[in-house]
Amino acid sequence: MDTALQYTFDWNLVLSGERLDWIVQGVITTCQLSGLSLVLAMLLGTLIAVMRLSGVRPFVWFSVAFTEFFRNTPLLVQIFFWYFGSDAVLPDAVNQWLYKQNFEFAAGVISLTVYTAAFIAEEIRSGIFSIPRTQLEASRACGLSFMQAMSYVVLPQAFRIIVPPLISQALNLFKNSSLCMTIGVMELTYMARQIESYTFHGFEAFTVSTLIYLCISLMVSLLINLYNTHFLRTIKY
Amino acid sequence: MQWDVVWNNMNYLLVGSYPDGPLGGMAMSILLAIGGIFGAFWLGLAFGLMRLSEKWWVRAPAIVYVEVIRGIPLLMLIFWFYFLAPIALGHTLPEAESALIAFIVFTGAYIAEIVRAGVLALPAGQMEAARGTGLSKTQAMLFVILPQALRNMIPSFVNQFVSLTKDTSLAYIIGVSELTRTATQVNNRTLTAPTEIFLTIALMYFVICWVLTATSRRLEKQMARYQART
Repeated sequence: MDTALQYTFDWNLVLSGERLDWIVQGVITTCQLSGLSLVLAMLLGTLIAVMRLSGVRPFVWFSVAFTEFFRNTPLLVQIFFWYFGSDAVLPDAVNQWLYKQNFEFAAGVISLTVYTAAFIAEEIRSGIFSIPRTQLEASRACGLSFMQAMSYVVLPQAFRIIVPPLISQALNLFKNSSLCMTIGVMELTYMARQIESYTFHGFEAFTVSTLIYLCISLMVSLLINLYNTHFLRTIKY
Repeated sequence: MQWDVVWNNMNYLLVGSYPDGPLGGMAMSILLAIGGIFGAFWLGLAFGLMRLSEKWWVRAPAIVYVEVIRGIPLLMLIFWFYFLAPIALGHTLPEAESALIAFIVFTGAYIAEIVRAGVLALPAGQMEAARGTGLSKTQAMLFVILPQALRNMIPSFVNQFVSLTKDTSLAYIIGVSELTRTATQVNNRTLTAPTEIFLTIALMYFVICWVLTATSRRLEKQMARYQART
């Protein structure tokens, strides 16, 4: 038993040649995956939040159903749903187009976008709620339309408050992108797993990838703290 | 749509091959979530209080633990405990156990932050008054601060429990036969109804999590009445 588990560390195996290329490629894919999803999720999330606040019944219902459903189901299940089952729910033309792309990557982006958008929508909604309602009423009284009042008066103020929670959602997205390895997106975790199965040197591979995740996360949370201490406290309502 | 595929396998999705074989499916997911939150509560409480300590050598390990765990994906942590426990322990751990340990360690870090925030949210006068009546720091914490703080934290705990319930799906990766894994097994066996199967288990997770979220919202409203005043 003991002899079977003898383990010698070999850092060179992971940090040189082809294996290093895998890791670098994995980091690039992780960044592409989370970057693209973040941009799309911000757009979708803002849209959903504005729908919720619009007061138009069907929009409000849709937005509530969207946020509740996607926040309360596991991301992994959503990934499987889009990857295995999307052809039954998406229009045919969209499917044909998706199959021509890198389908794993596309399914990953769709699921990360939709999942994160639900969380971002809630953050934006609570940010907008923290702006006194009189701001909206005053701008409507000035003759701005609802959309104008939102985009020129309320949202610019709300976004300053929303920035820290948005950044932590971005961090969550970055960490969640690791789940896309299950459908074969070759991002950082997938590469670590691949090195593990090629060389049986999982320890080194997982250490390196853990450190990469950790460095990026810690740097970003340092930025949030700086933002909080130097910028946020100057805002008064 | 082929809902009969889902219907025929419903029993498997709910409890796995139990009672003829090992427990699995939704029952396994719920067990993992409950076991995870129970362990994580005590771990989080300990580290949360450690982080509030005035001695740096008590504070430091708690800060490192919380920041490191919150900085890495849960998936990474699961791999750590699954592939590397054999190296550290000298023997392999069953999948479900190593997944459970990963959940406890992961969720513990988030609970530690909830505990810290909950204690800091109490007015400072509470501690001062408790100390003023002659209680020691430990006594003041145990009998005055924590009972109030923990009550205020209940909604956050429920939210964390919801997250954990969703996170149990990640045990799929190392082969624990919980709900997501049983669903992929059914999907691999039938191959004809992936949309129906994954929609069904999404709804199953949704029902559990949504009930919990609704409870947490109700609790939050009730709690608002019992806030300690400054």
